[in-house]
Order: sequence, then C-alpha cells, then structure tokens
Amino acid sequence: MARIPTTHDPFNAVAEPKRRQILEALGAAERSVNEIVELLGWPQPMVSKHLGVLKKVGLVRERREGRQRLYRANLAKLKPIYDWVTPFERYWSESYDRLDEVLSDLQKKEK
Amino acid sequence: MSEKKNKITITAEPGKQELFMTREFEAPRELVFKAHIDPEIYVRWLGPRGLTMSLETFEPVSGGGWRYVQKDEQGNEFGFHGVYHDVTAPERIIGTFEFEGLPESGHVILEINMFEALSGNRTRITTQSVYRSVEDRDGMIAAGMESGIVDSYERLDEILAKMK
Repeated sequence: MARIPTTHDPFNAVAEPKRRQILEALGAAERSVNEIVELLGWPQPMVSKHLGVLKKVGLVRERREGRQRLYRANLAKLKPIYDWVTPFERYWSESYDRLDEVLSDLQKKEK
Repeated sequence: MSEKKNKITITAEPGKQELFMTREFEAPRELVFKAHIDPEIYVRWLGPRGLTMSLETFEPVSGGGWRYVQKDEQGNEFGFHGVYHDVTAPERIIGTFEFEGLPESGHVILEINMFEALSGNRTRITTQSVYRSVEDRDGMIAAGMESGIVDSYERLDEILAKMK
C-alpha cells in the first residue's frame, strides 16, 4: 500500500509527536504562534512548520486578527482519529482501571 | 486511591505493524505481575465490566498455553487463545494472542509485556504488540476487539465518580 503524504492525511499528520504536542497545547483555546512558542519552548520556525502541516490537513484553523494570526484546533477533523482508536483504548483503559481496584484491594489485605 | 489517575497511552504509527501501550500502577511490580499470572486475580480485571470472563486454559509459564472466553450480556461469546513464550517473574510476559472471531484463523499477534519497577512502589507496564500486517493491526484497533463493549464507557464514568 502506498504511503499517503503527511500533508494530505490527518492520521499521518498526527503521527509526528511534535504535532500532537501542538494540538495538546492548543487544546480548546485559540492561540498565536508566539503563545505556542512560549508554551512549548521550541524555536518559532519549528512551530510554524508543524502548524503549516496541521493547517493543510485541516486539523488546525487559522484566523487573522489585525496583524496577528490565531490558531485553533479543528476538533471535527480529529474525530475520525478519536473514533478509530477509542474502542481499543476503552477495552484496555477499563481493564486497567479494574486492575487498579484489584491491586489496591490486594494491598489493603496484605497490611 | 490517589486523585491523580494513571492513564493509558497507545501509540500506533501509521503504516506500521506494531503498537505500543503503556500504563502505570500504584502498586509494586511483584504484585502487578502476580495479577497477571494468578488465575483468581486475572479474571477479576481482564476485560470490561459488562463481559463475563471464563478462563478455559491458563498455564502462565514459558511454553504454556492459554484460552479465555468473554461473554456479553446478549450472550455473544468472544474467544481468545495463545501460548506463553516467556514468563519471567517479575519482569516480562511474552506470548502470542489470537482472536477466534475472525473469518480466517492465523491472524496471530506477538505480545511483549515488560514490567518496570518505578520509585515509590509503582510499576509501569509497556506492551509492544506486533501484528502480521498493517491491515491486521488497524483492523484490531478499529474493532476494539469486537463491539458489544461500548456501553462499558458509562461504567468507567461511574468508577471515576466514585473516586472523587
């Protein structure tokens, strides 16, 4: 199967850990490049480069306000990725939550 | 339990045949390991709450076999089996895993579970799962090892609410 270029596919775009960090840094907020630079402590060209990719696949929206450009994560585009991994994540997440309870129970008994 | 909840991290890079899963626990490594090889403890946590778990075969030693069946409230059964390749207490469990509900058998997964002791009597489990193909891996993630477990999300919320 041919690889889809990073700049066309949201799945590939978020395969890069730095771009996931940018999405996390944005969260539900709207931020300027400088704010993201400050939050992550990366050089500005690096932030701009990754923002550019996220913008191309539609994972991030850009808005101009005066001389500033503001960025916001486009959660609708993230949904297919979330849906894809959620059932699997849920299976293990719930198993391990139960394990937490069992472990805490066993530790109480040991005391 | 502490108010800071440990969260699972799943990393599945596009185009690869493997995935990684990590999770930390507020318990010493020996105990976390024991929870994986003691049949009475194992059935108490493996799988979401809505499924009943029945261990048909359980030989957690190097060269042993395992099989379990999970049944949902509608009576649907999901069987899984494999062999233990290497069980070295308390640090690793390596084995194979196959879901019996696929149209064709032989879609086996190699699972490497590492148990790492952390300071403060904590433990980290890292699981590396290697699939036969990228399609196998993506199919398994997408199916979440079969649906029917979707409503368990609400149960998770219940647990979370209780812990507050």
